Amino acid sequence: MSERVLAALKQKFAADVLLTHSQFGDDTAVVAPSSWKAVCTFLRSDPEMGFDMFVDLCGVDYPTRDPRVEVVLHLRSMVHGHRVRVKTSVGDEDLDGCEVDSVTSLWPGADWFEREVYDLVGVHFRGHPDLRRILMYPEFEGHPLLKDYPADRTQPLIPYRTEAEAGLPLEKLAPFGRDEGMPFGRGLTKPAALASGHDDHAMKHGDN
Amino acid sequence: MEPIDLDLDENDLELPSEPMHLNMGPSHPAMHGTVRIVLELSGETITKSDVQIGYLHRGFEKMCERGSWAQVFPYVDRLNYVSPMLNNVGYALAVEKMCELQVPDRCQWYRMILGELARMSDHLTCTGAMAMELGAFTPFLWFIKAREMIWDILEEETGARLTHSFGRIGGMANSPTPALKEMCRTAIKSVLEIVAEGEGMLLKNRIFLDRLEGIGAISGADAIALSWTGPCLRAAGVAYDVRKAHPYLKYDEVDFDMPLGKNGDNLDRFLIRLAELRQSARIVLQSCERMADDGPINCDDPRVMLPPKQDVYRTIEGTIQHFKLIMEGAKVPAGEVYSYTEGGNGEIGFYLVSDGSGTPYRVRIRPPCFAITAGLSKLINGAMLSDIVPTFGSLNMIGGECDH
Amino acid sequence: MGELKQVTLDASESSGFATTKLDALLGWARKWSLFKYPFVTACCGMEFMAVTSPRFDGTARFGAEAPRFSPRQSDLLWVVGTISQRQAPVLKRIYEQMMEPKWVLAFGTCASCGGFYDNYTTVPGIDKIIPCDVYIPGCPPRPEAVIDGLMLLQDKIARGDKTPGIVKPREDPASLVKLRLSKDSGQ
Ligand code: SF4
Repeated sequence: MSERVLAALKQKFAADVLLTHSQFGDDTAVVAPSSWKAVCTFLRSDPEMGFDMFVDLCGVDYPTRDPRVEVVLHLRSMVHGHRVRVKTSVGDEDLDGCEVDSVTSLWPGADWFEREVYDLVGVHFRGHPDLRRILMYPEFEGHPLLKDYPADRTQPLIPYRTEAEAGLPLEKLAPFGRDEGMPFGRGLTKPAALASGHDDHAMKHGDN
Repeated sequence: MEPIDLDLDENDLELPSEPMHLNMGPSHPAMHGTVRIVLELSGETITKSDVQIGYLHRGFEKMCERGSWAQVFPYVDRLNYVSPMLNNVGYALAVEKMCELQVPDRCQWYRMILGELARMSDHLTCTGAMAMELGAFTPFLWFIKAREMIWDILEEETGARLTHSFGRIGGMANSPTPALKEMCRTAIKSVLEIVAEGEGMLLKNRIFLDRLEGIGAISGADAIALSWTGPCLRAAGVAYDVRKAHPYLKYDEVDFDMPLGKNGDNLDRFLIRLAELRQSARIVLQSCERMADDGPINCDDPRVMLPPKQDVYRTIEGTIQHFKLIMEGAKVPAGEVYSYTEGGNGEIGFYLVSDGSGTPYRVRIRPPCFAITAGLSKLINGAMLSDIVPTFGSLNMIGGECDH
Repeated sequence: MGELKQVTLDASESSGFATTKLDALLGWARKWSLFKYPFVTACCGMEFMAVTSPRFDGTARFGAEAPRFSPRQSDLLWVVGTISQRQAPVLKRIYEQMMEPKWVLAFGTCASCGGFYDNYTTVPGIDKIIPCDVYIPGCPPRPEAVIDGLMLLQDKIARGDKTPGIVKPREDPASLVKLRLSKDSGQ
């Protein structure tokens, strides 16, 4: 439906559009991070494109790829009724250079979405007016949606009660023990460096 | 007695003019328990506000990377927990889009019936709670009574009152009960009566109207810019409904209107919800007419569907298929998809990434509430402190969805 | 409560009798006048609405209807829904602000043990943070289960019993303590 959009993008940004595809009917353009803002501005302001509605922004972590984090933007045009997905990849293994330009000036609605991506995946948005954590608390360290953040590593804000205080066993009883049920994620999500810290975190108190 | 302030200057009587800081929530009766608003007040006027969410962040997206594709259903139930069935259907459609599956007609109608019932319960809860927060307790009790009637149907169909986990990839967990159509027809009649009664009571109430009219208004262009969707956007006069703009299931075959507001204020949002409730009722009744009484409810694709129980016990193929689907999960083709449906609060989208295995690589939900709550600050800045309650109530912020 | 006991002890030689009676009277009075503080966060709140609404009328019948949104005026804390790590300090603070005697009711699996949100952000049960008197399992629990829990709490109040209970008590945490103690001594 919106091959027009992809064609126009390819024509305008030639080498910066790294890849386009329309898998499952969703038109997608992968662009270079340096032209992120330019592409967005074009999509927003060109009357032929007219993407006035910001739909969604999210980050996906691919630890095996370089660059590692993919920023995915979905847009819709109220005028033409077409949609497009724009992606870019940033950041190396240690999340260095994990930043793209903010698009809040184009779509004010992007504000919280960018904060969320920053919070959960760790992408910095250059020029965002108020980039701070949104879903997690400010004391939280790390970015939980990165594949190498263990899903069950908690960082409590207040110390848990001890068993002596409670007079009860507080650890989970079978079948809810940590060795029961589903494993978290797949092999690749648990690099050896993190595996060691994995056993003793449950009752670790947030003293740092 | 002599007046004591005769020769006081005007200014002497004035209150100190530094702004006052006030913290509303997260445990505040009108904040749904999960939102905190830090306000800067000058008198009773809000000069600045910071809406903080995340008090109900439950790691939905991370949890989905843990199990199989089918095991995501219970989690999506608890996103918008006022209309879980719409999330179920939305997620099922997203996975089916990846598997390039089309469910049988009967199932599509069935999904529409259950989904619209869920939407009715969503709007009932929202409008009822909104009235309650403004002190009108009776309509709330009535609307909850009406909601019980809808929940009775859903319970009869799915077995659970609230969290159904009823969707399946390629169908539904069970076929409709024979009594479904009859139940819908009776319940909808009484629900609409209750709604009319409650509405009559509220819309004749001066206090209620005064607190809604003209408060928290937003223009259509602003609402689009903030990426609002759903009833809140339509209240601002923008005609965008996923069911109309990008019809899925059988929405293009039923006849329903898209009510639109004019001012985008609280009253419009309230009225739009009630109007949509009536449209949903129409859809349910039409779907009841159109749904066949028998026929398959699930598609018969062995990639995703469990074999019938008899085959599992009697044939080796059935056993193997069952084992593979349960232990490894249905294999979904590698790739990425964004699928969107109209949820209770607007466009609820699922962006799924699959690496071809039985476990989702990434499940991203685009929560309509998130964008809507982001606009709250804009609505209340400059308004009075007491306006927060109706404004927040009319946005229908659902913690589970907003905070994932 | 302790103070009252002392008074009666001084007043009469046959103190045992008087205190029991007074305790029973207090327990009876307390169990029928629970002022609730609904700490509602998540999906269980929908079921909570249903409990308080006419069909089930699950609180008014038990003298526990009046909600008080000030912790200082309430004596029963309903924790309804998931408690995230971010919410935990708030919950603890509210609990600490409540006056004695106070009771806590964990409504739903999430409040009881974290439910199926076994992850980086969820507190695995409110008993990690505050003491809890009655656990109501279910995701969300049906109103009938909640009423069961409320009645269980009333019994406990009447008996002056502070050990936690579960609806329907299959395994009382108290018995698990014993089990564990016997296991520990065995090692
Ligand atoms: S127990 Fe279930 S219904 Fe209740 S808050 Fe937790 S997830 Fe929601």
